[in-house]
Amino acid sequence: MKSTIAALALASLMPHLTPLAAQAQEPPRTPIKIGFVSTFSGPSGQLGQELLLGFRLGIASVGGQLGGRPVEIIEGDDQAKPDVGRQLVDKMIESNRVQIITGINFSNVLLAVAKPALDAGAFVISVNAGPSQLAGRGCHPRFFAAAFQNDTSAEAMGLHLTAKGVRRVYLMAPNYPAGRDYLNGFKRTFKGEIVGEVYTAFGQLDYAAEIAQLRAAGPEAVFFFYPGGMGINFVKQYAQAGLRAAVPLYGPSFSLDQTVLPAIGDAALGAFASSFWSESLDNAASRKFVADFEAAHGRIPAPYAAQGYDAARLIDAALKSIGGRIEDKAAFQRALETVTFDTVRGRFRFNTNHFPIQDFYLNEIVKDDRGRLVMGLRERIVADYPDAYAGECRMRPATN
Amino acid sequence: MADTALPAIDRPGPRQVLRAGPWLKLWPVLLVLLALATVPVVATAAGEPFLIRVFTRIVIFALAAAGLNLVLGFGGLVSLAHASLFGIGGYVVAILAQHEAEAEPFGFAPLLLSGTSDLMISVPLAVLASGLVAAAMGIVAIRTGGAYFIMITLAFNQMLYYFFVALQRYGGEDGLQILGSLHLAGLDVANRVHFYYACLVLLGLVLVATQRLVDSRFGMVLRATAQNERRVVAVGLAPLSYKLVAFALSGAIAGLAGALMAVGQQFISPVDMAWIRSGDLVVICVMGGLTVVVGPVIGAAVFLMLELVLSSYTSHWHLPFGIIVIGLAVVLRGGLADLPRRIAGKFGRGERP
Amino acid sequence: MTFALFAEQLLNGVQLGVMLFLMSAGLTLVFGIMNLINLAHGALYMLGAFIAAAVANASGSFLLGVLVAVPATGLIGAVLEMTLLRHFYARSHLDQVLVTFGLILVSNEVVKLIWGAVPLRFALPPMLDGAVEIFPGVAYPMFRLAILALGLVVAVALYLVIMKTRIGMWVRAGASDRAMAAALGVDVNRVFVLVFAAGSALAGLAGIMAGPILAVQVGMGEPILILALVVTVIGGIGSIKGAFIAALAIGLIDTFGRVLLSPALGSMAIFMAMAVILAWRPKGLFPVHG
Repeated sequence: MKSTIAALALASLMPHLTPLAAQAQEPPRTPIKIGFVSTFSGPSGQLGQELLLGFRLGIASVGGQLGGRPVEIIEGDDQAKPDVGRQLVDKMIESNRVQIITGINFSNVLLAVAKPALDAGAFVISVNAGPSQLAGRGCHPRFFAAAFQNDTSAEAMGLHLTAKGVRRVYLMAPNYPAGRDYLNGFKRTFKGEIVGEVYTAFGQLDYAAEIAQLRAAGPEAVFFFYPGGMGINFVKQYAQAGLRAAVPLYGPSFSLDQTVLPAIGDAALGAFASSFWSESLDNAASRKFVADFEAAHGRIPAPYAAQGYDAARLIDAALKSIGGRIEDKAAFQRALETVTFDTVRGRFRFNTNHFPIQDFYLNEIVKDDRGRLVMGLRERIVADYPDAYAGECRMRPATN
Repeated sequence: MADTALPAIDRPGPRQVLRAGPWLKLWPVLLVLLALATVPVVATAAGEPFLIRVFTRIVIFALAAAGLNLVLGFGGLVSLAHASLFGIGGYVVAILAQHEAEAEPFGFAPLLLSGTSDLMISVPLAVLASGLVAAAMGIVAIRTGGAYFIMITLAFNQMLYYFFVALQRYGGEDGLQILGSLHLAGLDVANRVHFYYACLVLLGLVLVATQRLVDSRFGMVLRATAQNERRVVAVGLAPLSYKLVAFALSGAIAGLAGALMAVGQQFISPVDMAWIRSGDLVVICVMGGLTVVVGPVIGAAVFLMLELVLSSYTSHWHLPFGIIVIGLAVVLRGGLADLPRRIAGKFGRGERP
Repeated sequence: MTFALFAEQLLNGVQLGVMLFLMSAGLTLVFGIMNLINLAHGALYMLGAFIAAAVANASGSFLLGVLVAVPATGLIGAVLEMTLLRHFYARSHLDQVLVTFGLILVSNEVVKLIWGAVPLRFALPPMLDGAVEIFPGVAYPMFRLAILALGLVVAVALYLVIMKTRIGMWVRAGASDRAMAAALGVDVNRVFVLVFAAGSALAGLAGIMAGPILAVQVGMGEPILILALVVTVIGGIGSIKGAFIAALAIGLIDTFGRVLLSPALGSMAIFMAMAVILAWRPKGLFPVHG
């Protein structure tokens, strides 16, 4: 099974690749070195942990090697601080000689480290953060976003609500760049009326005042983006105000995934999430991933783990196609650009700006047969969806 | 008090103090600067050039902590606002660079300014801005004094933090990247060795100035204020204005550090302003020793090295780190810089009959 | 804004204020009486929420969670006081800031080691899960009304204990003149342990009440600590009455600031209010010490 997929992947890549002779050679035995910089400590520590668990499981799923070469992962805790991330990346590139920097979960850390890492000649493969700056004018030949562009899942939800004929929508998000990205993304595709658009303070705890205003505005639906603890606060308080049944909640999966659902509890039931992957997505790779993850860790993986898993398999597939020779940067870049692999999200390919073109789905929060809250797949919203910034990207060849 | 117990013969006469004293006191500063000056050479020889960046960060944090220590160590004011003052310095440099890159002036009608990436302009402006904000904070906070001061500076710090998180125009929570190249009178700031020495020279200037200031009449009044404010009032001086000036100066130095941080990282973000970082700076000062001018430098080196080493072993490194901080509070009142003196003091007492 | 909406926001503001009061009462007591700046007060709030959530999840009883967590946080506070913090009453504010800052780091990490990094579930008690129609068409969450009621009960109880009982007299004596109180035969050490335990239990109670509304997660104590410090400073350090009035004021200013101003300004409204009040009265609204 595995070998057929690899063979298929190879076949599809043939026209773009270096001479076949290069692939026939045995991959070098020196390890691929990967710097995994992520947030492992503090309140957001679970995000880095989830990404890394997925990434390691992804490597294990392809035989514990990447492109036929052993792997050395150097972990670093950025503490969610850009300057700490920068210091780690410098050390990993100069001292550990890593070839790939990955793992970064926060946009602000990614924005601080991407340029110096790329300037130093490393590849940067994002497993989570996908800020618009790097998708548009700031695109770079060795930067690849393997997860998503921030706006896209919000755009998908805008498409869905438009198609469903919902007319009056109320928007809420924290007042910070990702919050604005999500609401702008939604407005880009939603054709109905926005009856209210509220930005709350970043890290706000109590939403009673905003929920009262929301109720008074009388919307048909609410689109919201609140990651982490803010999401737990908001969804709980929304349900407690008695609005759960009256005005349904719609949001991107990050506000309703396994990192927060157990803590939100039944208050999340009936909310809708748009996603490019959820635990109920029905394909062979995804089923195997969820089963393996549950067997190893005793719980359902969050999308972060799926992103890490896919990133590892993506690197593996690209490396296999060039005989593991990551040292040939131009070849590795081309291999990544045209990579096809057995992804947990069904379909995946890179756009010209190195951000994904992928499908988006609608999920409803339901209970599974064991009474656990999960994202239950409802329908595919849109297929092969690119981000809005690819047109602004003029990819110039790397100079180093 | 211990000094008066020593035999008079051991002490230089008053005349000698006047001539040699001020410069003699500078030797620890010079020694530390000399040691730091060897870092790029050693790091290059050892084949670990990233250490230069690690030490650049140490020098910058030492600078911020040296600013804080002016009010903390010598003025007795526990400020938890210094992270925000640090951040303001960084933002001034980054915002000016951004406006030049976009070729877009800012301000309002009569007062239209153009951006700049000339550090000879933007760094002094950063220092000025942080100093002014510190002065404004100080006017409210210093009158209250004591515990109120701590809590108010903490609240002000968070206010500025939230302000920059919400400041959409300049990147908000994502932070602000400096995309163009900055220049400083013929010096290549992108060259890490040059930049390291530039930071080190500025740290040296600040430390020497701090030492002279602390020993001056102004410094004496400031220290006296920290020990007994009523006595200072009784002498006929206005302690509040001394504290206010010290706080503004201290904020300006923190702003300088923040400006260098933005230059070195080509980036500044509100995370640099969170109150926990203010706490870190206080811990740095205490680690190094509050009563000595080089204390913050030693503290910054120990603190950041501990962070680097502990966090590479476990993601639960806050636990040992927290225990060290508690231990510090319980045991080591004078900081690391005070250790030799305390040991000497212990032996000294032991010898006495 | 319609009258019903205005009234609802008024209720929201008062309810937020009452919650802040629960948090600030312990902080201001500990400061006023022992002269200790306790930045770790937020850690006790977090511990209260975690212990109650863990017990409630395991037993299925919210009430049991409360009955275990309140004494448990009180006990943790007493142990902290006797083993560590007692030695810091006479030390400088700097040493106090340092030791309690260290406690924040340690407690966050300990909670993470015990309960993991994933936020805990903490459901509403079934009895209080639901909404009451306070105006036609406006349902108000029952649990928030319960917090409101509890906060008022605690405020009245604290007032009565401090003003009308013997312990309260000692506490007041200790707060205004420690040396004199000791000279008059008050067992200052015992009063201090008691006050610290009570302050900790109140922080724990605040955490328990916040648990079903907010995320029960590592680091949840810090944002609320900062609001509580603002309340304490505005009210006048050491004054329960000041804390109550300041907490209500902050709750209302924050609620209406968020609704009426832009989010950037709204999140700063309480800090601006603090600056104005302190410029006018540097020792807060109801100063206890001279």
